[in-house]
Amino acid sequence: MLINPMKNLLILGGGTAGTLMLNKLYKKLDASEWKLTVVDKDENHFYQPGFLFIPFGMYTKEQVVKKKKDFFPSGVQSIFAEVDRIEPDDNQVALVDGRVLDYDVLVVATGTIPRPDETEGLDGPLWYKQIFDFYTYEGTCKLADFLNTWEGGKLVINIAESIIKCPVAPLEFAFLADSYFTEKGMRDKVEIVYTTPLSGAFTKPVASEVLGNLLEEKNIRVVPDFYIERVENEAKKIVSYDGQEETFDLLVSIPVNMGDDMIERSEMSDDDDLNFIPTNKHTLRAIGHENIFVIGDATNVPASKAGSVAHFEGHVLLDNILSYIEGKPLEASFDGHANCFIETGFSKAALIDFNYTTEPLPGSFPLPAVGPMSLLKETRRNHFGKLFFEWVYWHMLLTGKPIPVSTHMSMVGKKVPEASASNGHAGDGADVPEPQPIEETLTH
Amino acid sequence: MPNRVIAGQTVDVNDEGYFTDPTQWSENIASELAQEAGFELSPKHFDVINFLRDRYMSGQALTIRRVGKSGLVSIKEFYDLFPGGPLKVSSKIAGIPKPASCV
Repeated sequence: MLINPMKNLLILGGGTAGTLMLNKLYKKLDASEWKLTVVDKDENHFYQPGFLFIPFGMYTKEQVVKKKKDFFPSGVQSIFAEVDRIEPDDNQVALVDGRVLDYDVLVVATGTIPRPDETEGLDGPLWYKQIFDFYTYEGTCKLADFLNTWEGGKLVINIAESIIKCPVAPLEFAFLADSYFTEKGMRDKVEIVYTTPLSGAFTKPVASEVLGNLLEEKNIRVVPDFYIERVENEAKKIVSYDGQEETFDLLVSIPVNMGDDMIERSEMSDDDDLNFIPTNKHTLRAIGHENIFVIGDATNVPASKAGSVAHFEGHVLLDNILSYIEGKPLEASFDGHANCFIETGFSKAALIDFNYTTEPLPGSFPLPAVGPMSLLKETRRNHFGKLFFEWVYWHMLLTGKPIPVSTHMSMVGKKVPEASASNGHAGDGADVPEPQPIEETLTH
Repeated sequence: MPNRVIAGQTVDVNDEGYFTDPTQWSENIASELAQEAGFELSPKHFDVINFLRDRYMSGQALTIRRVGKSGLVSIKEFYDLFPGGPLKVSSKIAGIPKPASCV
């Protein structure tokens, strides 16, 4: 009798994208046919949206950390080890400890990592003394300790490169800093400067129009077109490639973001050496590798690097992996959908919803059970939505449960300003797929 | 959607003057846009412009770093070629959208 050997589905990375994909695949794949394995180097799962709140005492350091394994289904193999490289020609993954894992289907979900070492002087003597990042657990915790006793001065926020995780977080940081220092009664002792390599803090026409005045209102000075070349630690200043300078007492840096070095070792990196994997932006399959799929921050698709994007990608990727396994064409198509809250300080937030071709627009966002939320507008309701999202993240998003937001972006509720035909296809709705039916109503 | 005539051709642009349809672009248009910005295009400029168009058309996000790693120019040279914010200036002349964030 011929016995079919078990097939291997291997996921590299057990963060937001890897965990939700693991849960989705576990529910769909036949356990007698498929063995699921997830590999990650870190046993802790961090609720990364919470990193923004820790410096301002809005979240405790403890509440954002849980064990990864608690979110993996019990029937899967988890390996906590570092990946050395993918060997696509052999359908194998080599671990640093020498083990070799075979795969029939590979999902790469290794994310993106801040790399202060990519900017001269950034990780120099002042790193974690007067220079901090807040996209790592260590960075945000150390920044919280620093702010606790800081007596004020010049706070400079710098974005090193335009491709970064959660592109609105630096802006939220600026708004929350304004709120935090005001409530501490020391706003007059703190100057806030926001330096960005882009043309402004807001770059999309409609968002700029609707929210652009927030920075001036909050007395945050924006320095556009500032592309950092180096940090001078002794002089405590950042210098741009065209010679602009800003001195600082506290530098909050968003360093260059790169994919995992393992991608480079596997010779699967994109051509600008940021270690993101060239990926079909609609099917989410790695270009040139028919049994390798990529999800979340590890791709080079022109969508935001954010958990909400990974969540929407998850639906598409599940369908396409199942199609691939059945030998069918990959028909599910990702539209670049992202949906996120922007904290604006003083217990208010705005909400944005957009995709590859439609920029964030004002209007209302329908949400079953919770009610409509306001788009591109500061409200207290949006702020509480953001806080409530933590519960959704741990209990629904990671575990792959349906969340009542359609996978593809919908134009329902959105208002297209007359002058907004300025962003390519934006606003004309022509490229926008029909909204998908909501899977089930939020109940808990 | 506004349009304007550049080098004898009518093209669709947004309020900031960026092309909304990159296929309407031509080298003559690029030369005229550069003159408006106060400089002449050299073969080196065209190398960078063609690189940007090529990358944009293949669906990739553009960064200053990516141009610096292209082997065509260093970041400093990129600044010298397109003064005043090299990626946004070169993108406008290359007929592709302005580099932007999600909001």
